[in-house]
Amino acid sequence: MDVPRTVFTKRNLVWLAVCLSIYFLVFFLRSYGILGNYHEITIAQICINIMLAVSLNLIVGFTGQFSLGHAGFMSIGAYATSLALRSRPDTIGFLIGITIGSVLALVVGVIIGIPTLRLRGDYLGIATLGMAEIIRVVFLNLKITNGAAGLMGTFRAANWTWLYLLTVMAVLAINNFVNSSHGRACISIREDETASEAMGVNTTAYKIIAFAFGAFFAGAAGGLYSSYFYFIKPDLFGFLKSIDMLVIVVLGGLGSITGTIISAILLSLLTTILQDFSSVRMIVYSVILVIIMLFRPQGLMGTVEISHVIDKFARKDKEDANTVS
Amino acid sequence: MPILFWLRSPKTTRARYFDTSKGEKMKRTKNVLAMLLAIALVLCSCGGGNTADTGPIKIGVNYELSGAVASYGIDSVRGIQMAIDEINAAGGIKGRTVELVIYDNTSEPAEATSLAAKLMEQDNVVACLGPATSGSFKATIPSAQSNKVPVISASATADKEVTVDANGNVNEYVFRICFTDSFQGVTMANFSANTLNAQNAVIFMDSASDYAKGLAESYRATFEALGGNIVAEEAYVAGDTDFRAVLTKIKATNPEVMFIPGYYEEAGLIIAQAREQGIDIPILGADGFDSPTLADLAGKEALTDVFFSNHYSSLDESQSVQDFIAAFKAANNDVAPNAFEALGYDLGNFIADCVSRAATIDGEGVKNAIAETTNFVGVTGSFSIGADHNPVKAVVVIELNNGEQVGAQRVEVSQ
Repeated sequence: MDVPRTVFTKRNLVWLAVCLSIYFLVFFLRSYGILGNYHEITIAQICINIMLAVSLNLIVGFTGQFSLGHAGFMSIGAYATSLALRSRPDTIGFLIGITIGSVLALVVGVIIGIPTLRLRGDYLGIATLGMAEIIRVVFLNLKITNGAAGLMGTFRAANWTWLYLLTVMAVLAINNFVNSSHGRACISIREDETASEAMGVNTTAYKIIAFAFGAFFAGAAGGLYSSYFYFIKPDLFGFLKSIDMLVIVVLGGLGSITGTIISAILLSLLTTILQDFSSVRMIVYSVILVIIMLFRPQGLMGTVEISHVIDKFARKDKEDANTVS
Repeated sequence: MPILFWLRSPKTTRARYFDTSKGEKMKRTKNVLAMLLAIALVLCSCGGGNTADTGPIKIGVNYELSGAVASYGIDSVRGIQMAIDEINAAGGIKGRTVELVIYDNTSEPAEATSLAAKLMEQDNVVACLGPATSGSFKATIPSAQSNKVPVISASATADKEVTVDANGNVNEYVFRICFTDSFQGVTMANFSANTLNAQNAVIFMDSASDYAKGLAESYRATFEALGGNIVAEEAYVAGDTDFRAVLTKIKATNPEVMFIPGYYEEAGLIIAQAREQGIDIPILGADGFDSPTLADLAGKEALTDVFFSNHYSSLDESQSVQDFIAAFKAANNDVAPNAFEALGYDLGNFIADCVSRAATIDGEGVKNAIAETTNFVGVTGSFSIGADHNPVKAVVVIELNNGEQVGAQRVEVSQ
């Protein structure tokens, strides 16, 4: 296999080591019983939220296309996986379901993206909102999806390994996309659509690519959701679910993958911790959101990535070393 | 995996679309470090539980206290709390008090899953009560099965995949103390054929709800098995307000009873418009009719010769029901209890009864005690737990006359 020389760089190897150590850390904590099933549920919520928010960030944060329909793509993946698991309750069925679900979400993303991405700003938001409602109503009325009563899973295929693997793959793929020339084309659309068109960027194509790519990973996240939490029904994928994802993205910083990951972790942990204070839960949650938005209107990270910060430090060290010698 | 690397074109340097002053950079770095520290602290602060044999007996309460169906959860918990307070006032169970650990699942199934695991693993409860709705209740089944702690619902009435899974196996740790939706259909069909002596019935159902579909199917099957005819089957969609055209069609078929599986919002209007058109046959419904709004929508005059099935009626003259109503009114500003409060009260007493009968006070012992329950006497009727973990229970059929409940009879049908 012809692997580019840039694959085994020091940076990539360090990140690989970090990813693997997180995996084994949680894995051993699980096997020694320090993290129970309850903690695993929280971890599952974190992983699923990271996938959803990072894929939404690609559309909203990097490409600048305001989408309120992410829950619709998620539901496609969720239903496909649930149906596949019902006919074949094992890991193979899970993989088939999640693959079909993600691809289906991508196809729907392209089909819906072509007409709606001509719109801008609020108008696009409303159009995507309508699209998600259509998907929800279809699931509500199909016989195979069991209507409003929803589908009950029979087999929990998603475990820490699958959750982590898929989350890392999603983040890696989106990060690499964003840092490629294609990704910069998307960012140029966010900065100024007219200017980027004048520079020869095919804005329509890149908007659809970003939209479909985001939809693909939202489908995968939906697949993880339905296989982990067993029970799905159309109501779960309503307007509010899309808003939840948007909150994570905006809080983390539009255009920062690191920020999205941090805010997904923080918000999931926050809801878990607040479980003990059910009466004041929503108030505390909302107050925290308001405070963060007041003091960090650009989101926790703005458009900064953790790797940028590390790079700057590394470069500064080098410069210092140069001046000394 | 090559695709993941392929997407990043090899020779480009990383794009920098930010530039900040030095001070800001330091501040950001500090912020990041502070956040990482916070996460680490949170992850470390996972507490352990205790399983002392002398402390209070912990029972988990996992209900919808906020969100879309909060009223069901709040009412159920009010009933449960009342029952447990009475038990503690009377000295608890085997000298130990009962402690309710109450959490709010925000009407979200995923949250219900998480809380069920929290209750069983962190709080070490011996049983979990709730959630109130079938979807959220289903979401707690996996936790119950893997932690071997029973979950019991007082109002999850869905027919399929609750106490029995998709393959027909009974979920060992899953129970409920209410009858299923379709059982109400069976009861109302029996009531139509035997009590009302009807031969020809018409079904006018809400086609958008599974609850209504289940009711309609079981009613049709039972009524036909008892020798009756379904002369017409019509449908509406929740939110419709004008039913006159369909009612004219129904009138032409000369039915003797009309069964309306659905909720009170539309049923109230249907009853009003049916009476207006001179359809004066008995109208039947199920627990979806149980709301004061029904009388507001239909008008008192129209609500005559209307029968609906329910879990409980305040007209029940048995001593336990009247005592419960009196005690409830005294504690709640003279407001009479509704079905959810009555079911919650029964659930509280039921779990206390099971715990007191349990050989060992833990999930396994309580589960066995629940499964062995025979003739538990509650305000929603006396019942035994059947082999499929559903109660064998009579349905109450309530008669309305001029908008008032004038009669309630228990109809016993084999489930």
